Amino acid sequence: MTTLHEQATDVSRPALRTEGVSRRFGSMAALSGVNLTIARGEVVCLVGHSGCGKSTLLRVIAGIETPDEGRVFLDGREVSGPSAFVEPEARNVGFVFQDYALFPHLTAEENILFGLKRIARAEAREKAQAIIARVGIGHLAGRYPHMLSGGEQQRVALARALAPQPGIVLMDEPFSNLDQGLRDRVRNDTLSLLKALGTTVIMVTHDPEEALSAGDRVVLMRSGQIVQSGTGYDLHDRPVSAYAAEFFGASNKVPGIYRDGVVESAIGRFPRKLAVGDGGHVTLFVRPQAVSLSLKHGDLPARVVRRRFHGEIEQLQLRIDDLPAPLEVRTMARLPAGTEAVHISVTTDQVLIFPTSSSP
Amino acid sequence: MPESAAVGRPRRCDGRCWLFAAGIIALAVALPVLGLLAQAVQGSAGLWPHLLATVLPVALVDTIVLLCGVGLVTAVIGTGSAWLVTAYAFPGQRILEWALLLPLAVPSYIIAYAYLDILHPIGTFQGVVRWLLGYSSPREFRLPDVRSMTGCILLMGFVLYPYVYIPTRAMFLTQSANLIDAARLLGVSRRAVFWRVALPLARPAVAVGISLALMEALNDVGAVEFLGVRTLTVSIYTTWITRTDLPGASQIALSLLLIVVALVAMERWARRRQRYTADVQRSRSLQPRPVPFWTGSAMLLAGCLPVLFGFVAPAAYLAAEAWKRFRFAGLSPNFVHEAGTTILLATVATVLTILCGLVVAYTLRVRPNRVSAWSFRLATMGYAAPGTVIAIGVLIVLASVDRFIDRNAQDWFGVSTGLLFMGSGAALVYAYAVRFLAITAGGIDAGLSRIPPSLDHAARTLGQSQLGTFRQVLLPLSQPAIFAAGLLVFVDCVKELPATLLLRPLNVETFATHLYGEAARGTYEEASIAALAIVAIGVLPVVLLSRFQRLKL
Repeated sequence: MTTLHEQATDVSRPALRTEGVSRRFGSMAALSGVNLTIARGEVVCLVGHSGCGKSTLLRVIAGIETPDEGRVFLDGREVSGPSAFVEPEARNVGFVFQDYALFPHLTAEENILFGLKRIARAEAREKAQAIIARVGIGHLAGRYPHMLSGGEQQRVALARALAPQPGIVLMDEPFSNLDQGLRDRVRNDTLSLLKALGTTVIMVTHDPEEALSAGDRVVLMRSGQIVQSGTGYDLHDRPVSAYAAEFFGASNKVPGIYRDGVVESAIGRFPRKLAVGDGGHVTLFVRPQAVSLSLKHGDLPARVVRRRFHGEIEQLQLRIDDLPAPLEVRTMARLPAGTEAVHISVTTDQVLIFPTSSSP
Repeated sequence: MPESAAVGRPRRCDGRCWLFAAGIIALAVALPVLGLLAQAVQGSAGLWPHLLATVLPVALVDTIVLLCGVGLVTAVIGTGSAWLVTAYAFPGQRILEWALLLPLAVPSYIIAYAYLDILHPIGTFQGVVRWLLGYSSPREFRLPDVRSMTGCILLMGFVLYPYVYIPTRAMFLTQSANLIDAARLLGVSRRAVFWRVALPLARPAVAVGISLALMEALNDVGAVEFLGVRTLTVSIYTTWITRTDLPGASQIALSLLLIVVALVAMERWARRRQRYTADVQRSRSLQPRPVPFWTGSAMLLAGCLPVLFGFVAPAAYLAAEAWKRFRFAGLSPNFVHEAGTTILLATVATVLTILCGLVVAYTLRVRPNRVSAWSFRLATMGYAAPGTVIAIGVLIVLASVDRFIDRNAQDWFGVSTGLLFMGSGAALVYAYAVRFLAITAGGIDAGLSRIPPSLDHAARTLGQSQLGTFRQVLLPLSQPAIFAAGLLVFVDCVKELPATLLLRPLNVETFATHLYGEAARGTYEEASIAALAIVAIGVLPVVLLSRFQRLKL
């Protein structure tokens, strides 16, 4: 067994490194040339729409799937590659499945002991007890999976994955089977536990909010490739592409034209440096919260087309001259009933501008 | 550090070993058919005209008439009884639901054997009929002879209709009640619903059932012979047993195989449709409609008829005869010996079949590719082939293997091994395995497919090898499926007659061959106990099946 202590001795070595990993299913490329490096103790969220290859990447790392090309290193050791393949059981990875995959013929405790078969029985029991206490499922140990609720099953699955002290924990949409209310609580508990243990974690999710909030780093994938990788703030506030900008939040899309280092549009002029030819068409992505609203003062006059009250905030649709589609705006201020005309100002550095392309 | 052993080691052969084993099994199943083809082709070409002039025309006509008749009778009884217990609620309907399965326990040769005696011109039944009608001797009045094509069709129909009843009833149950309601609102009367909606939707299931029933009818060698119908199956048997003409037997077997291929094609075609229709979204399943008491009683009576003819009458007759025999002579040592042989052969074959089924089905799970898919397909094709055909194929293959081993042993060691396989019962076990592998492989595959693949992956990431995953996770979870499939195979081995007749070693008797021998000689004494034992064992899977059917509700 490689212990956590031993691993901690060489911090410089990344916990995971992939080099040009590719995988095809028939004519569909699930992964094409993925390069990813993850430091020890990092919590990384792989995020993307379904079919983007994020789950395939996770399975390749676990050894459940074999890559067609490329190499995978776990803790510096090549586990998948042209010359080597380490079977999943010898990779020392923990995996939490979307459906939890608890063995229905074993109790919660036996499920946890399942991964500890290679060590002496007494020691295995000790380790199982320790992780059971840590995850707080002592009262569930004797129960069978069908007697557990969704949240309880998730915790048993987590304990089972952690019990053999894996070098890295892979989680495939681990919270997607839970109700909304329960999901936030279980997610917070799980992540703070993993952080406290200093475990390296890769978590796959399709939920942008979850990705932004859960990980140290977010990796956005699309059609088998990594689009952008960075902190949640990077991806949300400084997306490198229109796709990334759209993925993490609904935006108003405003057409513009680039001239002499300035983008001209119906909502104003924005000086930018863009790799677009003079007179080229660009699209401005304006998040609803980037627009501030007032009754009297502002850069542009606008007419209120529709109001939708959500409680804390109010969503408004505004019509602006020269703008073909109405602008969606959110405000926490209370406008008087029957307000028709308002003024808006757009926060310049929150406007994202990308060259207009046929695809988003 | 146990995992260090695997570090840097090239990919283990785990998956490839499974593929290899599955391929070997598939080949072993295909071998008898290949042997048959080879023998039929290389056998004297001059034999074909002879066959065409003598045996084939009669046998072919008889076979086709029999198949058409049995198909019609099973379709009518099967769909009629299925609709009766699904659409109407009447007293005893719940019991009838599973009682209608009981004739499955009676092999065709046993029902023929029983009715030959029940309906004997000087037997009790005909005597009572004559007494009621006021006749005094069989010369004045007798019922039509059961030893005829009509008799054979009816008797086979009464034990084979469950093959139609089971899938058709399942189909009726999955049909949406909304469809029926929609039809009623569109102006179809309650009576016409069966013809206009339910039956057309269930047609694929009926076709599957009929093709399975006809495969059984083709397999039969006992009933047709007792009742004097000369089918292809009987011709194969007599060509080999009485004339020891292996090429001739294989050529007839080949023509029989053509009919089987047609039946399989029909079954496959129907199943494709079945999948399509089963996809119809259903919200509410069909609820049985309560009927007035007298109508209900009439329905119960009608529904009981097939059970009465197909199970109660022959079983009661056998029980009475067996009791008489037991009171008279007790259990002979022969009977105990036969019981031992029957159970031993069936057990060995069952274990072998389960093991092969596990390998083939598991390979399909861990390595889903073209090789494993074809292995599975090949390995499960034996279910359609009549026992006689498989037996002839096995005979061809193993006889030459025996000759080969014997010759080599004599050359090298100067000893004769004799008939190593043919003489030991290994040939018979081989034939059983070929014929029944579809049951275990199919059953285990169905069981495994209910286990989500993430469980395999979880076990792998938790340190288990592929074999360990199989042992620790899949095996315990598919135990019920394995048990059910094993039981079916065991019972089928006990009931199996044609292959057993052809391949049993000299002087070895099972229940089935003993019964056949006595019936062929026209003596009925001790065979009744053996027949009753077969029927009793045959009831086991019916119990299982009825529980399963209840579950599906």
